[in-house]
Amino acid sequence: MINGLRKTFGSFAALDGLDLEVDQSEVHGFLGPNGSGKSTTIRVLLGLLRADGGRVELLGGDPWSEAATLHRRLAYVPGDVSLWPSLTGGEVIDLLGRLRGGLDESRRAELIERFELDPSKRCSTYSKGNRQKVALVAALASDVELLLLDEPTSGLDPLMEEVFTECIDRFRGDGHAVLLSSHILAEVERLCDRVSIIRSGRTAESGTLAELRHLTRTAVAAELEAVPRDLSTLPGLHDLLVEGNRVRFDVDTDHLGEAIARLSAAGIVSLTSTPPTLEELFLRHYGERLEPGQEPA
Amino acid sequence: MSRFVGTCTLLVSFLRRDRWMLLGWIGANVAVYWSQAVGTKAIYPTQADLDRAAASMESNPAFIALAGPTRALDTIGGQVAWQSSVTGAVLAALMSMFLVTRHTRAEEESGRDELVRSSVVGRDATVAATILLVLLANGVLAASITGSLVGYGLSWTGCFALGASAGLCGLVFGAVALVSAQVVRSARAANGLTGAVIGIAYVLRAIGDVGPGALTWVSPIGWSQAVRAFAGERWWPLALLALTATALTVGAVALLHRRDYAGAPWPVRPGPARGGLHTDLGLVWRLQRASVIGWSVGLFVGGVSYGSVGDGVEDLLGDSETSRDIFLATGGGDLVDSFYGVAVVMLAMITCGFTVTSVLRMRGEEVAGHAEMVLATAVPRARWAAAHLTITAVGTVAGLLLAGLGLGLGYAAVTADSAAVFRFVPAAAQQLLSVLLVGAIAWVGYAWRSRSGVLGWVAVAFCFVVLMFAGVLQLPGWVQDLSPFHRLPMLPAEAFDLGEAVLVGASTVLLVVVGHVLMNRRDITNQ
Repeated sequence: MINGLRKTFGSFAALDGLDLEVDQSEVHGFLGPNGSGKSTTIRVLLGLLRADGGRVELLGGDPWSEAATLHRRLAYVPGDVSLWPSLTGGEVIDLLGRLRGGLDESRRAELIERFELDPSKRCSTYSKGNRQKVALVAALASDVELLLLDEPTSGLDPLMEEVFTECIDRFRGDGHAVLLSSHILAEVERLCDRVSIIRSGRTAESGTLAELRHLTRTAVAAELEAVPRDLSTLPGLHDLLVEGNRVRFDVDTDHLGEAIARLSAAGIVSLTSTPPTLEELFLRHYGERLEPGQEPA
Repeated sequence: MSRFVGTCTLLVSFLRRDRWMLLGWIGANVAVYWSQAVGTKAIYPTQADLDRAAASMESNPAFIALAGPTRALDTIGGQVAWQSSVTGAVLAALMSMFLVTRHTRAEEESGRDELVRSSVVGRDATVAATILLVLLANGVLAASITGSLVGYGLSWTGCFALGASAGLCGLVFGAVALVSAQVVRSARAANGLTGAVIGIAYVLRAIGDVGPGALTWVSPIGWSQAVRAFAGERWWPLALLALTATALTVGAVALLHRRDYAGAPWPVRPGPARGGLHTDLGLVWRLQRASVIGWSVGLFVGGVSYGSVGDGVEDLLGDSETSRDIFLATGGGDLVDSFYGVAVVMLAMITCGFTVTSVLRMRGEEVAGHAEMVLATAVPRARWAAAHLTITAVGTVAGLLLAGLGLGLGYAAVTADSAAVFRFVPAAAQQLLSVLLVGAIAWVGYAWRSRSGVLGWVAVAFCFVVLMFAGVLQLPGWVQDLSPFHRLPMLPAEAFDLGEAVLVGASTVLLVVVGHVLMNRRDITNQ
């Protein structure tokens, strides 16, 4: 879908060789620290920004030159929903639906009820969460194949977040695709089939959550009959701590098997191994500098 | 006095944020006065030249409606006071309006004020700092006008009268803006309301000066000219201005204390739960209809007011045969027609206010993030822009034609010459070409880079300078010809020129096409 995308604002390179692919019937998580280029990417996909380099294909078309035609088949919810203060929420939902080419009436009614939205209030009186609901209802009630969601739930309360999750599940169930930019890890874990993590305008990691976990370390704590001398020479072992017969270390998940084999040879009394949490996964990608060798192919 | 805690800190931050804006407004305003002094001396080097000019100006009602009552025009000071004071008063009013709205309603609307108030800042600190800022800005303005003219060599009293009347006029309209900021919910509406008051004050003064004098006394701009700088100053109108500014400010603060934060004196009513809007054009109309209707009514009333002067302009000539001869020799043609020729141009220039604001509404939509909501649907960029430009054109045509119609009806009501409608409406229709060209300049600027939409205002300012100050600045002919208002003949006093009309119209079409190309190439951002 996106290959080597570049976008510069003046001398600042917002996107510097980004790759991203979203398949059908997939919810694709789009993650990255603030200012890493997530919104810029989505705005390029919407044809609002023009790419300076690379290849971008959206639903089989060019998002810049065929923007309006492609937009019939997608819906967008910005992170910071700004609506016309003098219009009511209901008017905005209907307007955006009609401009996109039609709205499913029964779904509109159902969504307004499930999101507990009062459509007769003026947009100037809505809170951030309620403005987001307006944009979500407008997007979810239209007949589209792709949703581009830029942190769509940052203002929703937990109940509404649950409603949102169910709606996205159903949308995927109909065979449609979602690009979901989010910082809410529980939401990503619950919804996303695959995840791309971007940093400084380029893709740092991409894959299923299981694949990404594989790239990180597992924490191991064990009590052994005797601590083997050469434990520290094991490949992929980090932060080894030995206290009497107890050992603690982190090991690259690729090398977990060897490590356990070595422990096993030393006679295991007790063993706990903790897979990396999603938080650790993200902290690693958000926080660390990328080593040149670590760049994805 | 915990209500005012933080006022000084806020004032300093305002001054820092506004420093370039203040410098621009005050510099431009001082330049208006100072260039007038230098220019008058340059064109009328001898007293005899000045006397002759004074005689022709005193007799021209069109000039009086533009600039105000003529006094002591045979002196440099009198010329400066006459030629500059209306422009100076309006510039001071606009500066004060932008300052007040920017720091009150605009901050509340955006939520920034909430952040400020959450720190150690008293309840009335924001409004106090804003009032101090406007006092300071107009004080510096008054002092700079006085200083620059004294430096040029004019009498102290006259210079002070001129500077003080401009500064106090600014304060009055600053106070009007402060009241507006309390009664409406958006900065846009607050500026609209204040702008309407400034416009009405200008028109009342214009009508009062050529017709029923009482109207002049309803307008603060009229009061500022009643000070009679350089013509036997009288000081009590200054007190009138100061009192009015104080009373309005007190009223505004009382309103502020009575209303809710970010609210207005009345609540927001709920609206329809289902949308009646079907198209992007419908949306733009909905967003701009209040503005279109407001401007149309205002322009119609302005037209009727100018028109109701009727043939009264003849009386202003008085008995002086010489001045009549001079006027007819220089201006040429019928006196009444030439007055209305200028009136049509004035109304057309006022219409530019709507046209440029309306074009730049696109920038407002883009910056607010509303544009991307629409552009993320199946609406192509070109159609989105076309919808906006269509409403701009419709509003412009309606407003200016209604102004011409009002002019004709007002004139017909006074003189029973109903055929006047058929002279004035075509005159207004012709100037549509000029106004639409100015709108097209704003469009090209916006389409190039969102920020550059300000080119539209530059064009309006340029045309205004050519209209008011071409003589005194001794602008070369080719520069004056850049203004479409100058290029097109002044109907009904002069004959229609098809060539010029086609040229102006074709330029507009060309600019619209160039803007279309630029718009389709650039990024939609929210800056």
